[in-house]
Order: sequence, then C-alpha cells, then structure tokens
Amino acid sequence: MRDTFARTIYDVAKKTNDVFVLVADISPAGSMGPFRAEYPDRFINVGVAEQTMIGLAAGLALRGFRPFAYTIATFSIYRPFEQVRVDVCYHDLPVTMVGIGGGITYSTLGGTHHAQEDIAVMSGLPNMTVLAPCDPAETAAATWAAARASGPVYLRLGKAGEPDLTAEAPDPFVMGKIRRIRQGRDVCILSFGTITKMACDVAVKIEADSGGSVAVVSVHTLKPLDREGIARVLGEFDTVLVVEEHAPYGGLSAQVGALAYESGARCRLQCFSLQDRFIHAYGSHAYLLDKHGLSVDRITRAALAPAPGRSSVSV
Amino acid sequence: MPPPQTTETAADRCRRYRRRILDISQSGVPLHIAPAFSCLELVDAVYHDLMRRSGDGGSPDTFVLSKGHGCLAQYVVLEDLGVLTSEQLDSCGRPGSILGSHPDYGVPGIEASTGSLGHGLGIAAGMALADKVRGDDRRVFVVLSDGELQEGSVWEAMMVAPSLGLSNLVALVDLNDFQSLGRTSETLPNFYPIVDKVASFGWDCRDVNGHDNGAIVEAVRGRTGTAPTMVLGRTVKGKGVSYMENVPIWHYRSPSAEEYQQALRELEAAAEAEAARA
Repeated sequence: MRDTFARTIYDVAKKTNDVFVLVADISPAGSMGPFRAEYPDRFINVGVAEQTMIGLAAGLALRGFRPFAYTIATFSIYRPFEQVRVDVCYHDLPVTMVGIGGGITYSTLGGTHHAQEDIAVMSGLPNMTVLAPCDPAETAAATWAAARASGPVYLRLGKAGEPDLTAEAPDPFVMGKIRRIRQGRDVCILSFGTITKMACDVAVKIEADSGGSVAVVSVHTLKPLDREGIARVLGEFDTVLVVEEHAPYGGLSAQVGALAYESGARCRLQCFSLQDRFIHAYGSHAYLLDKHGLSVDRITRAALAPAPGRSSVSV
Repeated sequence: MPPPQTTETAADRCRRYRRRILDISQSGVPLHIAPAFSCLELVDAVYHDLMRRSGDGGSPDTFVLSKGHGCLAQYVVLEDLGVLTSEQLDSCGRPGSILGSHPDYGVPGIEASTGSLGHGLGIAAGMALADKVRGDDRRVFVVLSDGELQEGSVWEAMMVAPSLGLSNLVALVDLNDFQSLGRTSETLPNFYPIVDKVASFGWDCRDVNGHDNGAIVEAVRGRTGTAPTMVLGRTVKGKGVSYMENVPIWHYRSPSAEEYQQALRELEAAAEAEAARA
C-alpha cells in the first residue's frame, strides 16, 4: 500500500500540478524517489513536527495546493488533532492526512503506534471524508479519489506487502459506495482496510465448512457511509458479518448495527472488531489480531454457530 | 465613525479605532476589548503601512490574526478599509451576524479562522511556502500574542519556517505581558528574555514599542530579508483606557455605560494633550 500510494501520488502530480507532499520524518522512502526527483520543491520533510506539518498543509491549501500529509497514522491525526480539526476541517480544505499503519499494523511497536480508534475520531469531524482501502489497487483508487476531493480526507493505509483482493471484484471502486469484491448469496461480510484479507479467508472457510455462499464487501469509504448500500445488504442476506480492525465504538460495527435497526433488517448480524483495550503484546500482525479475538477460525466458528433465539438482530 | 482625514496620523487613527471598539462594546455582547487595544497599533501598521496596495485597494499580501481573540482590532481596520460594513460590525456577536469573537474564514478580509492559540503561525508559514515555491511576490503577516508563545506548536513552526527559507513571512508579537490569569512573565518567568530565543531559531528578531507606529514599521522595513522576521512589540494590555490597562478582568469584559463614557473622555483628553504638544 505504501509503495502504491507513492507511485500513485507521482501519477497524480503529473496530471494535476497542485500536489504537495509533506512528511514528518516518516516516508515511503524509495518509492517516493520519482516524485522527489521531479518535484523537489513540493516534497518537504518538516521533521518530527506533526502540528506544523498540518498547519503548513492548511496554508498551502489556502493558496491552492493540494497537500498530502504523510506519516504513521497515530502521528498524522492524533498528535496534531486540533490542527486537523481547526486548520483543515474548519476551513474545509482539500488536505489529505495519510496514515500509514492504520489499526494495529505496527504489531511489534506497541500501543503508541496503534491507530485502533482512528475511524471513530476522524468520522466525528465535520467535512472529513474517511477512506480505508483494502488492497494496493484500492489504495491507488482511493489516492486518486482523495486527490479529487473538495475537502479534507483521512486516508487510512496498511503498510507494505498486502495481497491483491480486488482484481476479480464484480464492482468498481466508487468513492462513497460499498464495493462487492466477492460474490455470494447467503452470508455477506462487510469489512475495510487490510483486515479485508481475513474477511476473504473467512468467506472461503465458511463456504468449505457449510456449503453456503459468502460475499465480501469492501466498505472503503467509512465517511460518508453508503447507508443505502449497506441497508440493501442487510435486507438481501440472511447473515451479515462485520469484520473490522477498529475499536468497537464509532467504527463500522456500531454504524451497521444502527442501520440494521433503522432499516428494520431481519438478518442475523454479527460484529467482530478489536477489543476496547490496549493490548501489551508483540508479534506478527495476525498474532495481535488474534489477541484481540480476531482470527479466521474464531470468526468462522461464531458465524456458523446456531443463532441464539431468533431476534431480528444480534450484535 | 467619521471618515478618515488625509492628515490623520497613525495615533489619531488608532484613537478613532479605540472609540469604535468601545462603541461596539456597548451592544451587550461580551467581547475581548483589552486584547484588541494592546495589538491595535500592530494590526494598524500591517494594514496601513506594511501590506502593499494595488490600484483597486486589494493587496498581494496576507494578514492572519493568530491571536484571534483580538479580532475587534482587525474588524475596525477592515471596516475602515471598506471590507466590512458598519452594519456588520454593529451586529457583532448577535444572532444572524457573520462576525463573532474570533475571526472566521470566509468573512470578507479574514484569511484564516483562528481563536485556538498556536495555529496561525503554521498556517501563515504554509501560505508563505506556497508563495515561495510558486515564485509569487507576496508577503504573509501574522500577529501572535505572548501567551500564545507558550504553545508548543508555535515553536515547531518557529523551528521549521527559517529552515524553509521563508523570508516572506513576518510575525508580530503582541507582548502585553498578560494572559487570562495574570502576568505572562510571572506565570513562566524562566521563559524570559524572549528575543534571543527567537533569534536563536534563525529568525530576524526585533524588539520595539508595540504602540509606536514608526518603530513597528521601521523594524519590519529594516529586516534583513534573508530570514523570517519576528517583531516583538512591547505593549500594554487595554492600552488607552486607564482602568483597563494591565487589569486582567478586562481580557473579556465590556464596559458599563458609565465606564464607556469615562473611556471616551480619556481618549479625548489624550488626543487634546497630543495636539497641545504638537
């Protein structure tokens, strides 16, 4: 995702002439080479000074540039939160905050580097658009969408080496619309970001274990959320799962739960998110997700377990 | 407010602005009077002497009031320049008004929304960076408060701006030695002196009387032009009205009808004394 972002931003710059890249001492190093070589004036490492990175981005945007402010997700939005809120969102400026390592991607770096509530925090800001692509191809599309947005964007990325999940997707990427990336009839899994890979693996396993047919939907645009599209899914499938690498509050689970109620959905809804706690564990990304209770086996087992009673919604 | 006289001095003009601010203060809406009085000469000098004017009255230069709570100083100048209307100022802070107690981007003449301290310098630096990259001959002026210098974000921007070579950035600090709860120099005494700290970050830093138009203008015009400039203007909070000067409660209080009359009399007396000296 990191390299795809860097390559795409170079493509965008060649076509639009108003891109500016600011980094706070974290950069997609090698892959930014072509951009830096061609636009040396429009790539600045401000140092470890995230508040000023966002302030500069706002000033640049007020002068007509389209800045991308890039660093590890926690530092691109939490450290300079008030600059994001006031300098960017209050002015409704086309600045994109790029957060690398969204969720708990940085699995050996500890809680200081985990952006596990970023969707909730960014979605709460007026004017903000929140994008979380699931694979490199969607990262390219989301970067282009951010470059065309009229206001602020938070672009939540993973890290590097993510597999392709969308080459055979039946739907194209359209900002603000959910995207079916795997066809199915009985169960639908809603997911976003890099954990969509786990959602796809769950789909395969449920099909193998139960014989049912499982769809996967990439909810790459968390704000504005495609409420109609999600309501359609809730009406269309017997079982809907939400798999998200985010705190249980203020992310996709909470919003889908509310939508299910509002739309009178009769499906079985099960939500799988990170736990509401900091975990003091280190290891692979999969290991940390497992510590939070998220694994292919666990989600599959829960999904295939008999529904408790027959309430219209069970969250 | 009477129309500006061609022979009007900066001191006359600022007295007229103070009277106008006092008039607005009688609307019953709580406004920051004393913070506007302390930065008035700095704001006035930027608009009338430092920003370049094109034929149509516009300017290639930009003003950002980082100490947004001093915005009455900016509003009265913008009214004088015909950018804001008298009706807009008269309705400040009332339902339906476009003007509040902090500058709001989108209002005529307001280039950035401020109010939360520590934001304006970074935004101004971004504007100056854009102008430098594009090769545009534009200058960005930004007025900060001394309490605002306590924000870490200001020092981040102070560190970054000279390294980016932003010689087109001019900051003026309203050094009135007061913050909401008391004297700034007593709140954090070890922060002083300031001028060497600013200079050590690579700024062209000058220390002047912040109520002296000539000194402010000379300090900015005399800058080296090779680095961003910061003018520390020593000022008096509530300047011009005896009972407001250096009295913290006037940070956010409007005078009563009686206090208003007294303030007007003091401004009148000061004008007469000055005329007699001349």
